Amino acid sequence: MYAFDYTRPKDLAAAAQSFAGSDEPVYMAGGQTLIPTLKQRLRRPSLVVDLGALPELKGIAVAGNLVTIGAMATHAEVAASADVRRAIPALADLAQHIGDPQVRNRGTLGGSIANADPAADYPAAIVALGATVYTPTRSIADADFFTGMFETALEPGELVVKVAFPVPKRAAYMKFRNPASRYAIVGVMVAETASGIRVAVTGAGPSVFRVPEMEAALAKSFTADAVKAIAVPVDDLNADLHATAEYRAHLIGVMAARAVVAIA
Amino acid sequence: MQVTLKINGNERSAEIEPRTLLVELLRDTFGLTGTHVGCDTSQCGACSVHLDGKVIKACTMLAAQAEGCSVTTIEGIAPANGPLHPMQAAFREHHGLQCGFCTPGMVMSALALVERHKGKPLDEATIRHELEGNLCRCTGYHGIVAAIAAGARAMEG
Ligand SMILES: Cc1cc2nc3c(=O)[nH]c(=O)nc-3n(C[C@H](O)[C@H](O)[C@H](O)COP(=O)(O)OP(=O)(O)OC[C@H]3O[C@@H](n4cnc5c(N)ncnc54)[C@H](O)[C@@H]3O)c2cc1C
Ligand code: FES
Ligand code: FES
Repeated sequence: MYAFDYTRPKDLAAAAQSFAGSDEPVYMAGGQTLIPTLKQRLRRPSLVVDLGALPELKGIAVAGNLVTIGAMATHAEVAASADVRRAIPALADLAQHIGDPQVRNRGTLGGSIANADPAADYPAAIVALGATVYTPTRSIADADFFTGMFETALEPGELVVKVAFPVPKRAAYMKFRNPASRYAIVGVMVAETASGIRVAVTGAGPSVFRVPEMEAALAKSFTADAVKAIAVPVDDLNADLHATAEYRAHLIGVMAARAVVAIA
Repeated sequence: MQVTLKINGNERSAEIEPRTLLVELLRDTFGLTGTHVGCDTSQCGACSVHLDGKVIKACTMLAAQAEGCSVTTIEGIAPANGPLHPMQAAFREHHGLQCGFCTPGMVMSALALVERHKGKPLDEATIRHELEGNLCRCTGYHGIVAAIAAGARAMEG
């Protein structure tokens, strides 16, 4: 790691001030992605702004039809929250299957979506459930938040404060995980929301995406066979040492079918 | 910068560089070399310690982030020169180690998983799933899983 300065601001205003006052600042949440990146010297910040003491980013609340989760909520907190499990069990399950216990005790919702790893789990829930991402100054709709591989709609210095997930009628998340890292080779969330059925896929492409053909088929017949019959084009899918694009395309159908079976 | 935290029940302070990792503070500053560094890439769990009662990888946290926290390392779970913790005793009894390099992290993870499953059945599948953050290159895990099951029973008393 290169040397850097460190600060742990006590509120949002102080965090913004620290960030603005440095020429190469970086926010740190759980550090589960950032610290390995710093060790590899892939980044050279002059200042690490630790988000760990910001009260605005904490907490999990269920009110009416919304589950609102602070950006600094750890995966373990989301998985263990009785409120989340009651309102959106699929979201608690998703959090429970991120990484390993140590990673879940440090890694956060805000860090995961700000990082926008193509193989991360949370993006599937953001898009399938139609969540809204809140920053200090605006709200960003699910469809606008993820803009590409490791890219989001966040401006430099703009923080994720919290995410509001509308409670679906029913939902399930199925992931075919990389056995070593537990990241998604393909992860699919199927949800029946107030605005219809949604199928969101992570791990397979550069960024999370929906499969409208599967959504239309499930609206007609909510069965595993309905999604199995649909082939997702391989052109835009990821290919790497873990899986070819063809294999990922196949897995989308399999994981979507399993999710349908889990909730039907 | 200055960092102050509790380590194994004692308040400790040190003057550190901001980039110091928690595992470096434990090992290099305070000589607590029971916490190991296996991979240094957040994969193996040899560096596992408890932070305010939760298991974390000490190679994937800045020492500065532990300001005001309470850290427990393998040295803190049983008295020096006293009897082993029941979980440590179970690892010895059930061949839960060969070279021993992964063992401190395994024991810290084991204690955390027993705590998380208090009052619930701890079957083999659960232990294996909950041990995903810890790698062992020697044992093939069989003895470790048996040790944790036995250690958990012993801790219930
Ligand atoms: C061994 C291992 C296995 C893993 N397995 C999985 C897995 O199976 N599935 C999965 O989804 N993830 C996995 N992860 C990643 C993990 O979920 C991390 O928690 C996540 O990538 C980053 O969250 P963090 O809180 O640690 O963020 P950090 O590492 O602290 O930050 C990541 C990035 O986000 C920025 N950032 C952080 N918080 C905010 C915020 N509130 N607003 C704006 N920007 C912010 C930081 O500046 C940084 O650029 C794994 C990680 C490890 C080490
Ligand atoms: S040394 Fe920390 S996880 Fe391997
Ligand atoms: S006993 Fe050697 S690595 Fe586990």
